[in-house]
Amino acid sequence: MTFLEFVEGPAWYVAITIFTIGVLWRFLGIIAIGRRTDMSAPKGSASAGFVKAIFRHFLPRTIFAERTRVHILGGYSFHLGLFILLFFAAPHVVFIKAHILGFGWPALPRWAFIIAAQAAFAGLILLWVRRICDPVMRQISDWDDHVGTILTFLVMLTGCLALQESVEALRALHMLFVNIWLIYFPFSRLMHAFTFILSRGYTGATYGHRGIVP
Amino acid sequence: MSTKTSAPTQTAADQAVSKFLEYTHASTAAYFDACVHCGECAEACHFYLSTKNPIYTPIYKLQPMLKAYKRHKAPLSSIKRLFGLVPEQITKQELEEWSPLVYDSCNMCGRCTLACPMGIDIAFTIRKMREGFVAADIVPGDLRQSEKNALETGSPMRVQAKALQAQVRAQEKDCGIAIELDKKGADYLVILSSMEIMGYPEVIGSLAKIFKEAGIDWTISTKAYEATNVGIQIGSWDTARTLVQRVVDEAEHLGVKYVISPECGHAYSALRWQGPNLIGRSYDFEVIHIIELLHQLTTEGRLQMKSKNGRRLTLHDPCQIVRRGGLVKEPRALLNDVADHFEEMQGAGITNFCCGGGGGVSANSRAAKLQASAFECKMQQFNDIDGLELIVTPCANCRTVLEDGLEEHDSPLEVIGLSELLAQHLDHRQT
Repeated sequence: MTFLEFVEGPAWYVAITIFTIGVLWRFLGIIAIGRRTDMSAPKGSASAGFVKAIFRHFLPRTIFAERTRVHILGGYSFHLGLFILLFFAAPHVVFIKAHILGFGWPALPRWAFIIAAQAAFAGLILLWVRRICDPVMRQISDWDDHVGTILTFLVMLTGCLALQESVEALRALHMLFVNIWLIYFPFSRLMHAFTFILSRGYTGATYGHRGIVP
Repeated sequence: MSTKTSAPTQTAADQAVSKFLEYTHASTAAYFDACVHCGECAEACHFYLSTKNPIYTPIYKLQPMLKAYKRHKAPLSSIKRLFGLVPEQITKQELEEWSPLVYDSCNMCGRCTLACPMGIDIAFTIRKMREGFVAADIVPGDLRQSEKNALETGSPMRVQAKALQAQVRAQEKDCGIAIELDKKGADYLVILSSMEIMGYPEVIGSLAKIFKEAGIDWTISTKAYEATNVGIQIGSWDTARTLVQRVVDEAEHLGVKYVISPECGHAYSALRWQGPNLIGRSYDFEVIHIIELLHQLTTEGRLQMKSKNGRRLTLHDPCQIVRRGGLVKEPRALLNDVADHFEEMQGAGITNFCCGGGGGVSANSRAAKLQASAFECKMQQFNDIDGLELIVTPCANCRTVLEDGLEEHDSPLEVIGLSELLAQHLDHRQT
């Protein structure tokens, strides 16, 4: 078994299993903690508030937009770029078809891949530089923030290096970092990719009950 | 978690941790797990904006509770513990050092939630975290005294029934309207804040005029007249429940249909939203905020204004009534009925700045300097309105804080309650 076969075979299945079980464990574990039933007379719908808040917080409020523009720019640039790469980069579509779903979909042309990759890199670097330089972010950041950022950066970097698919070692290196990233994910703040639903939703439910969505 | 301790100091910390964990519900856990440490909450917090000190970043204030969650309760924390990746045990010294961040630099105003991309309700989590500080008895002395006063006399300012009766009689004389106390079977029970009773008693006369005009059958109880709830501010479920229960018992004893929450921010939150959860059941009556009732009465045509105030005025939104209480349109509709020159300040409505005194901060002398600093954000909002003459706010605590802050700035601006303003312009044709 070559190293590539190992990272795309047994190591991949171990990583994706840890990722799946870990994410479900943590997500469902949070829900299982439970919360008190609100006994106050409702003025609005908690369920509607839950859903509304999930979408409301995708958009910054105007009054804060100027002060938080670096985050808005960096955040949207990185996340949109990453999602496009993750689901529409040609090698990913092939991999998903072969190893996960059994079917694929049209992939991005190369020029679109380049744009998405540049947006993702620019956003991630912008957010990371800010994490290091901004006094507020420095105050509240911990090792997990940096490890998560570095791992994501390495996954993206090795992915770009492997794009040509001309050197097997580069593809293997990319898959190695993907596997590490997947194993790290459920134990880290990267989980925000899923827990944001609960965080926004619970607040939306609390205040939806009061007839307002903050 | 470990509850065994070897020293008294550790016992206090363990008690705090127990409370932190008890109050870490699914919502709190989701908040802790979703936070990406972006720091955007700081850009919404007047304590950070006025000082630029990063320790006042709202999410940072939750560190002790976050550490307890990560160490003891977070899903997968047992695996992390194997690798030594959970936070250290919290110490009493750490909690004592944290106390100013928990009690002095947070009004529980909730503005940070609006800026947070994850929608984290930091204010309510601070409220929960204070339960731990109460358990460890690490609470500012002034708040402890207010709590003691409230439990002993019903009022955090030790305003007793005799003082209330004297103020009611004086107002009866002023407005020429009889006010029946402890009236069984009245439709509405009015409760007040001590601040209103002693500092702004004219609100009682204003309500008498308004209710006479609208034909409202109302009363004030001499047994449960205090609306404020120091338990909510200090972070004591037991105290909060005791204080709510007094009002509930008396309202149900008198058989009223409604209890009117007065112009006080946290009092509304305490009775309307947190009360049923505190006592573990719904009420036999409805809670209505005075602003809701006044809006309802004007909408129904039972109250009409004979004139409008000609001064340029603005509305200060009390956080617990507007942002966290949902009464956004009502005070504006009322003001438009009574003001010729009503101008909104920047950020008006749910994104308005807090006065800086909510959440027990104005009752905590240790926080006075920081509170004065935070007031700069509010002052700037006032300064941005050309020719502003009058500030209207439906909260007696906000009113006191604003008046004190304006005085510090030698500002000629005046502050008035909304009910009082309405009463001044009421058309008495129907009586």
